[in-house]
Amino acid sequence: MKYPRLFGLHARPGPYLHWVLVALPFAFMICAYLISSHKMLAENPNAKLLPSVAKMAEATARLATEPDPRTGQYPFWQDTVSSLQRLGMGIVSAAIVGLLLGINMAMFPGLNSLARAFVTFLSIIPPLAVLPVLFIVFGVDETAKVILIFVGSVFVITRDIFLATLALPKEQVTKALSLGASQLGVVYRVILPQVMPRLFNTTRLTLGAAWLFLIAAEAIASTEGLGYRIYLMRRYMAMDVILPYVCWITLIGYTLDLGLRLWVGWRYPWYTK
Amino acid sequence: MGGMEVSVVHEVKGVNDLEKLKTGSILHIQDVYKAYGDNLILDDIDLSIAPGEFCAVVGPSGCGKSTLLRLILGQERTTTGQVLLNGSPIGSPDKDRGIVYQKYSLFPNLRALDNILFGHRLRMWPWQWGARKKELTEKAMVFLRRAGMENHSHKYPHQLSGGQQQRVAVIQALFSRPKILLMDEPFSALDPGAREDMQMFLLELWEESRLTIFFVTHDLEEAAYMGTRLVALSQYYSDERDPAELKKIGAKVVVDLHLREIGQAASPQVKTTAQFGQLIQDIRRDAFDPGYRQHVKDFSLNHPHSFYTLSSYEGGEEPT
Repeated sequence: MKYPRLFGLHARPGPYLHWVLVALPFAFMICAYLISSHKMLAENPNAKLLPSVAKMAEATARLATEPDPRTGQYPFWQDTVSSLQRLGMGIVSAAIVGLLLGINMAMFPGLNSLARAFVTFLSIIPPLAVLPVLFIVFGVDETAKVILIFVGSVFVITRDIFLATLALPKEQVTKALSLGASQLGVVYRVILPQVMPRLFNTTRLTLGAAWLFLIAAEAIASTEGLGYRIYLMRRYMAMDVILPYVCWITLIGYTLDLGLRLWVGWRYPWYTK
Repeated sequence: MGGMEVSVVHEVKGVNDLEKLKTGSILHIQDVYKAYGDNLILDDIDLSIAPGEFCAVVGPSGCGKSTLLRLILGQERTTTGQVLLNGSPIGSPDKDRGIVYQKYSLFPNLRALDNILFGHRLRMWPWQWGARKKELTEKAMVFLRRAGMENHSHKYPHQLSGGQQQRVAVIQALFSRPKILLMDEPFSALDPGAREDMQMFLLELWEESRLTIFFVTHDLEEAAYMGTRLVALSQYYSDERDPAELKKIGAKVVVDLHLREIGQAASPQVKTTAQFGQLIQDIRRDAFDPGYRQHVKDFSLNHPHSFYTLSSYEGGEEPT
C-alpha cells in the first residue's frame, strides 16, 4: 500500500513535490503582483501604487549606486549599515543582559525573590509607549533607538532563559557540586553552556520584535536607516522604493534567522538531537 | 523549627560503644527524621557504615530510600538528626560524596571523555588544567578501555545507549575520588542484559578501589547480590503507636544484614542457590509485604554495626 502524496496525516510528498509546494505560494504572490501591476499600468502609465519591476530596479539602483549629492554617501547602503548597527547593538546587549539576568534569577533564590516580579512587571510595559520618554531622556540620536530595541527584547529573553534554566534537571547542579564545582562554577561552567543554544534560538524569535522597534524609532526621529527611508518615501507615495526596501528588510531578517539556526546546529550538535 | 520535639534515650543494641562506632564509621546516621509538613517520611533512622562497605538499600516504592540518599548527599536537609561523614556533619553536596543517578548524571553538552574529565577541570584554573590535561586524559582512557568504550570517547551522551551512559557516569563519579559513592537506582532503567554487565563492572571497580558505596535500588535481588550489607527500609511495621493517629507511618530500618566480607564481591552463581532464594523471600516478607507487619522489637538487625537509639518525634514543620 502506498502513502498518499498530498492529503492526510500520512502524506509523504517526496522531494520533488516538496520543493514544488515550497515554491508555490511565492510564485503565486509574484504572479498576482505582476498581473495586477500590468493591468493598472495599462490603464494609467503614471499609477504609483503597483510599480513595474523595471521601475523598482531602477529606483533601487539609483539609491544604491548614486551618491547623495549632499552627504556623498550611497543612501541604500548607508540606510542598511546604520539600521543593522542599531539592531545589532540593541539585540546583542539584550541577549547578554537577558542571559546573565535569567540564569542568575533561576539559580539564586535570593535574586529570584528580588528580581522576578519586577522583571515581569517591566516586561509588560509596552516599549513603544515609552519611546517618547526615551527620546526626551536620551535625545533623538542613536542612544534612544538602541535602548528601545534593548528594552523591547531584554525582558522576553530574560524570562525565556529563566524558564529554560529552571527546566534543567536539578540533578545536574548536585552532580556538579559533587564533582567539586564551586557555586559560581555551577552557574557559569555547567548551566550557562547548556542554555547557550536556547539563547540563540530565543534571540532568533526576538529579532522580529526588534525590527518592529527599530523601524518605529527610525520613522519618528532619524536622518538615515531603512525605516527612515520607507517613511520618508511614503510622503511621495514612492512605492518603487518602499517595496524593494521591504523585500530587502525581509531578506536580511531571513538571512539572520537562517544564520543563527545554522550556527546553533553546528556549534551545539548535542542540542538538536 | 517550631513545635519539634525529639527526646532521645540511648538504648544501643548490638554495639557496646556508640562513640567508637561513630568514629570508626565512614558514614554515621543517628536519630534522623525527615518530614514534609505533617508527612513523616523517615522515622528515626540509625545507620552506621564502615569504610569499604557496599551497602545496598532496598525498600518498597515510596518508602523514602531515595530521600535518605538525598539527605546523605546534602541535596536535602534532615528535619532532625545527625548525618556524619568521617565524624563531621555533612553540608551541601561536595566532592567527598560522589553520585550516580538513574539519569541526568551526565552533562548533555559534553562528550563522554569530557564528562569524565569535567570534575578535574572544574577544580582547576585553566593553566593548571593545561599542565595536567594529557596525563588525566590518558587515565580516563584507561577506564573507558576497561568499559569497552574506547571508541565512544568522543560521543555525546545522547549518542550512547543507556548502559554506556551509566558506565560513563560511574567512571565520571569514580574519577573524582569521592570518599563515598552514592547511587540512586543507577541500573533501574536498563534492560536485563545491560544491567548484569553493569553490575559486574561496578563490582569489579569497587573491589579494586576499596570504595564505600551506598547503593539504593528497588530490586531486592540486585541488592542481595551486590551488597556486602543489606539494609531494608519500610513503612510496613507495627509499634505502640495507634496507626490511626499518624498521618503516615515513616519508614524505619527493618532489615540490616551482613551478607559477605568487605572487599569480596559475590560471584553471579550465588543468585542460583537455594540460600539466596530463601533470603530474598524473607526480606520480601519483612519489608515489602503490607499485610505482614513486624513489631519494631522483632526486626532482623543482625549486622554487627547495627544499632538503634530510642527517640520520639512530636511532629512539627519542616525547617524553612
